[in-house]
Parts: sequence; structure tokens; C-alpha cells
Amino acid sequence: MCLGIPGQIVEITDAAKKLAKVDVSGVKRLVNIACIVNDDHPVESCLGDWVLVHVGFAMSRIDEEEAKKTLDLLIELGEAQKELETMSRSGT
Amino acid sequence: MTTPAQGMRKRSGILRAEVINMSHGGGGKAMRDLIEDVFVGTFENQQLDLMEDQARIDLAGLNTMGNRLALTTDSYVVDPIFFPGGDIGKLAVCGTVNDLAVGGAVPLYLTCGVIIEEGLPVSDLRRIVESMKKAADQAGVKIVTGDTKVVDKGAADKIFINTAGVGVIPSHINIASNKAMPGDLILINGFIGDHGAAILGARGDLSIENDIESDCTPLNDLINTLLAACPDVHCMRDATRGGIASVLNEFAIASSVCIKIKETAIPIRSEVRGMCEILGLDPLYLANEGKLIAIVPQARAETALQALKSTDAGIHSAVIGYVSESPADTVILQTAFGGERIVDMLIGDQLPRIC
Amino acid sequence: MKYVDEFRDPILAQTLLEEIKKLLPTIALTKERPLQLMEFCGGHTHTIFRYGIEQLLPKTIELIHGPGCPVCVLPMGRVDDCVSLAERPEVIFTTFGDAMRVPGSKKSLLQAKADGADIRMVYSPLDALNLARKHRDREVVFFALGFETTMPSTALTVLEAEADNVTNFSLFCNHVTTVPTIKAILDSPSMQIDGFVAPGHVSMVVGEAPFDFIAEKYKKPIVITGFEPLDILQSIWLLVKQFAEGRCQMENQYARVAQKDGNPPGLEAIAKVFQLRDFFELRGLGSIDNSGVRITDQYARFDAERKFSVPNIQIADPQACQCGEVLQGMIKPWQCRVFGTTCTPETPMGALMVSTEGACAAYYNFGNLPELMALKAEEEKTKLKEVASN
Repeated sequence: MCLGIPGQIVEITDAAKKLAKVDVSGVKRLVNIACIVNDDHPVESCLGDWVLVHVGFAMSRIDEEEAKKTLDLLIELGEAQKELETMSRSGT
Repeated sequence: MTTPAQGMRKRSGILRAEVINMSHGGGGKAMRDLIEDVFVGTFENQQLDLMEDQARIDLAGLNTMGNRLALTTDSYVVDPIFFPGGDIGKLAVCGTVNDLAVGGAVPLYLTCGVIIEEGLPVSDLRRIVESMKKAADQAGVKIVTGDTKVVDKGAADKIFINTAGVGVIPSHINIASNKAMPGDLILINGFIGDHGAAILGARGDLSIENDIESDCTPLNDLINTLLAACPDVHCMRDATRGGIASVLNEFAIASSVCIKIKETAIPIRSEVRGMCEILGLDPLYLANEGKLIAIVPQARAETALQALKSTDAGIHSAVIGYVSESPADTVILQTAFGGERIVDMLIGDQLPRIC
Repeated sequence: MKYVDEFRDPILAQTLLEEIKKLLPTIALTKERPLQLMEFCGGHTHTIFRYGIEQLLPKTIELIHGPGCPVCVLPMGRVDDCVSLAERPEVIFTTFGDAMRVPGSKKSLLQAKADGADIRMVYSPLDALNLARKHRDREVVFFALGFETTMPSTALTVLEAEADNVTNFSLFCNHVTTVPTIKAILDSPSMQIDGFVAPGHVSMVVGEAPFDFIAEKYKKPIVITGFEPLDILQSIWLLVKQFAEGRCQMENQYARVAQKDGNPPGLEAIAKVFQLRDFFELRGLGSIDNSGVRITDQYARFDAERKFSVPNIQIADPQACQCGEVLQGMIKPWQCRVFGTTCTPETPMGALMVSTEGACAAYYNFGNLPELMALKAEEEKTKLKEVASN
């Protein structure tokens, strides 16, 4: 049971029931946000958050920093590879 | 007062009931009122006005248009009967018109057989029939004969419609599923999966808010434009149930070739994509009602593409792949990630995944 | 689509493939004894096939598809129990879509639906609860299955039912646990797996610690992995790097979603509503200690097993079925004696062919079937020759 898809919270629909509306590429669905609220992140602060949606629940906030780190690492790897290739071609 | 021989008839039937009941299918006055008021009154043409048991069509006229008669039939049982972008009536006309047109035929006449579940509101029926008339006018076809049955509550789901269609194929046109050749290019006239996604969205039980509309539309104008620019279309079919994956497989098997398509070349609306991602569905298998796949010789592909793009129903046309020799009978997708996988025929119904 | 398209980038894929190719020569591998990596989770299996990842990898890396597909490990007897519940006239039986096709000993839920049972597909357990609110005169039963990923959603739904005093709602609980299942595979004598691609969404719920033992005790590198194709390729690279550098650790590739301590509200809900069963049957793997959960006594009124009586009969797999061996990675799907012949997606014998996540269905649908059947025929010929010469 792993199908989770990233989406953005675009509306807090029912704060008491912890229900919010999430947008996935233009389609929207109601999700329960109980798993991502706590004292540091009350219900209202979730507006605009990117979350992992799974069977009608927002299961985790997506960490933008970590996502960027992961991709940057790969981009750097790619650049290092290109450099090595250029060096070896120039006959060093 | 005019007589039947002059082609006009004084129609007296008026349907006053608000809900369809068994007597409307009983063969008596109630049924006659229904037919005269709702069907004949809306479809409005000479053949229907005559109220004969059969439509009579002049053969000599048909013979001037081509050398083959095209005949097709389809039954329509869609649920819900009204959905964003159309309804069962529009579907019943467009689907059958398109089945004729993709064979290169000029669609001319349709039949309309309905099976109505008792209890259907007459207002719903009128709405559906008006929708059929509108679609028929858009496609330039006439609905010239039909049949009406009413069944007990529970014996049908609101309304089922069967339409058969007749058209004529011009002698110089030769489109067949077994004509795809290595080197040919594969074209589609726009976004995939709109109809399937609209129906899923309209069913409500998945509670996904969306603005997706069915792409249901007659394609004969688009096909005329295409054939005028590229008469040598090898294969052509509309991609209805089973999506473009099914049509591509049908062509690959009939022509004994390999069809290779590129995921990044296939037009898809971001909303349809979003719905597929949430539910774990593959858009290649979603139904369409206004999309066709055309396989054309490479040399004519650019002309064919521009012709498609010049039509309303083909603005977002694209080349999505090509035909090669092997592995035969197979459809291969080059994924957006760079890998390749086989696209097989759909087995059973696609069910949303959770995994 | 944000956080999706970037992780499907084909150029970054090529970068990773280059790095993997560079590292492989430093590890002693052959085509006969390749590096065998198991992806445990059905969601990972699906991504691998959907994006053709296996063909992109060098032949010295082999991917073994594990049993982390809750639909695949559903025993036939439990399906029979579902059908029995669904056939009660007062019950509205709600289920996720992919469970509907699994065959029981007589029929699947889809067939039971055709026969008249009120079975409805839902996207979320909350939808099932809403049905219960709407139809107070009926009993709504939700078929709860899944590993830890789905347990919080089921548990939170029960807590909401309790808060709203909904009495006509219950679960038929088939949740299974990841760690005992992986442990059963690791303890299997014929196990030949070198490293693990670990389920990122299970980790999203339970955190990183539960997977430590795989690296520490069993000395197998393990990487917690996301579900986009780049995630899987990156994890394979990280595993290969560990082998090349002589390390054996647990790493987290999916830190953007799976945090070290998991999901506290989710874990809290699980602890309230569920407790471990002493043992539970997983189809193809047999009975495994602590591999399933049941509803606690405090929430017994939401337990369909206690509310209604179910047949609860253990049904043996068909003789010819080799699902167990495929699930443990001992044989490839096409090596199963009935693959592609008696067992096909139209006429499935076992769950691995029915479920869209099942390795067999994936090979059948996405793989090159004529090639696979030829390989199968070759192997059978070789086996016959061996038997004849002995």
C-alpha cells in the first residue's frame, strides 16, 4: 500500500475535523491532515504546505530542503562526470 | 390540409406525462404520442415524418458517392447519463458517426433504438433526444428510423441507446488495420483520457473535484480534412474503451508490426494526469470519445499533422511514435525516464491502485 | 508536477547509471552470480516495471521482487471471509480497488459483486465511514489491508467513528507488518539477497530505527527509498557504493518524506487501535510470528471479526502454485511451472498474477512475453536433460 502522491494544501475546509483540500496537478480532493498537525504546526499553518497524499490522508510534509539536496547532489555528479569526460578527451 | 404523399403529416401526438411508464412502450396511443412528440418532433426529417416501419433511401444517390456501403452499430449504456461535456445521447450519435468516419466513409443516416427504464423523467429523455439532434446536425447526419421499448424498473439502468449507422466510402479510400508499414508515423488528434477521467470524476464516489470534460465530438469533419491532405492514410481508428493502448495493439497485431511510442510525445491534460496519479491509473487505457489514431506514410506525416491541427477537434494533434519491423505484434513505450516497456492489451477493467 | 517530474528526469538517470557502471568493476560480480538486490515493496515493483528500470541496469545487477504487496500475500481463506461478510444482506462491504480481483476458494469479491453482494470500491477508509453515516440502517464493513503505511489512516478512521458515535461501522483487519516479513525472508536458508531497497512509505510511518537490524544483525546494506524512478536508481547506486567501499549501513534516500522518527500522530493512533497478532498467515510465506495486527479489545465494537462470524478456514494454495518461491526471490516469475500457461492475468491461479503489483502480472504485462516463454521452455528442456542423464 504505497501509492502516495505529492499535492499542495489550498484550503482548510474544516479546522475542527482537520480536513483540508489538496491540489494535485489541478484536481482537488478533501484530505485528513491529522498526521501533519502538532503544536509547532497547527491546522491553519498547513495552508500552502506540500504533502504526501495517501488514501485520503496527508501523511507527511514534503521537506523542500531535502528534495533540493537530493537533486543538487545528482546534478553535481553529472557535472563532475562531464568534466572528467572533457579532461580525458583533451588527452591528459 | 396536407397529405402523407406530399411528405408532410399533421402530427398530433403530445406527450403530457412527466415520467415514462410501461404504457409508453405498449404500442398504443401513449407510445405514439411519445414517438411523435419527442423523437419525430425533435429529429425532424422527411423519412421520420412518414412514420413508416422503415426508412427508405435512394440507392442511385448513394452510388454517386462511392463504391462501398459502410454499416456499423453500437450500444450505449454509460453511467452517469449526463456528464461534463456531454450525455448518453451525444455519445450515441458521435460514437457511431466516428465508427463510420474512421473507415473513410461519409456518414449519412443513423437509427435510434432506445430501451427506457420505467420511471425515467420525461425531461431527461427530452434533454437526451435534443442532444442527439444537436450532435447529428453537427455531424451532418439524419436519424431516420428507430425503436422504443420500456422495461420494468430495475430491468435497465435509466436508458440504453443503440445506434446503427450507414455511410458510403469513396472508391479511392482504402483504410485497413493491416496496412501499417515499417517507417510509418503515428498521429493522434489531441489529449488522451479526457472522457474516461470525466466519467470517473462525475461518478462522485471517488470525490475528486475537477473541471475535466469529456472530449465527445463527431470527427468526420476532421477526417475529411485529413483525407483531403493525405488520402493515403494506412490505418485509422477511434480510441474508445481501452484507450489508445488497445487501438495500437490492434494495429500492431493486424499488421504484424512493432509500434513504438514516446511517453513524452503523448498529449495529456495536467488534470487528467493528476487524477491518474492519485488513483494509480494508466492514462493509455482511459476511454476517449473524440480521439483517433492515424498511421500515415512518413513522407506525408507533416502534411497530415498540419491538416489535423487546422481543425477544431485537432488543435493539439501530435506525432506520438512510429512503426518498425520487430518485435512484431508488440507495442513498446519509451518512458519519460528513458527506459522501455511493453504496452499490452487491457485485461479486465482498470481498477484504482493503492499500492 | 512538482516533486514528481524532477524525480523522473532522464538526464539525471543517465548520470546515476554512469556512476553505477563505474563502481561495478570494483565488486567481484559475474552474470552467473550478479548483485542481487531485493525491493520489498509492491509500489517499488510497479515503478520498476512502469519505467523499464531493469533493462537500463547492467546485467550484473539483478532485482528480486519481494512480498511487500499486501494484496499478493492475502490468503485465499481471508478472501472467502470477505465474501462471506459481503454476502450478508445487511452489509455494505467497502474495499480498495485492487483487492477485488483476488480469487478466493470459490470466487473473488468482483464475482461476488456480480452475484449481487453490495460491494463498493472506495479510495479512503473515510469514504467508508461516510457511507456508514449515510446508511444508518446498514452495516458498513471496511476491508482494511496494507502494511504500516496504511495503518494510520485506518486507525484514525476508527477514532473518528468513536468520536462521532457511529455504531454501524467496522473493519475486517488484514494489516500486516513489514519487519517480521523481511526477517522471515532473511532467515530463509535459501536466501541469496545482497542488499535491500526498503519501503519509503512504511518508513514514513515507522521511522528509520526498525530497519537498523538488517544492516547490524544480518549484515545486509539497506536504503530507505522513494517511489519515483530516480529514487530507485539512486538507492541502487547507494547500495552499489556501499559494496564498493566495503560498508554495511542503513541509509535514507527518501529524507524529503520519511523522517527519522516516523510519524508520531500516526504511530499514536496505531498504538491505540491495533495490537500485534501472535502469528498471521501470509500467502506463499506461511505463518509468521507477529506479522499481522488485530483490533485492540478497547475498540472491539469496530472489529468485524468479533461483530460477525466468518468461516475462518485456512485454504491451501493450489498444488501447482509457486507463489511462495517467487515471493521469497527463489525463482523468477517465468520460472514458475504454470506461468503463462495455466496462470495468466485472465485466469490467475495465485495473487501474484492477479494484483497489478504482483511480480508475475508485471512480468506478463510489461515484459517481453515471447522472450520469457522461450526462456522458460529452454530451462525446462535443460531440466529434462539433467533428469534423463542421471
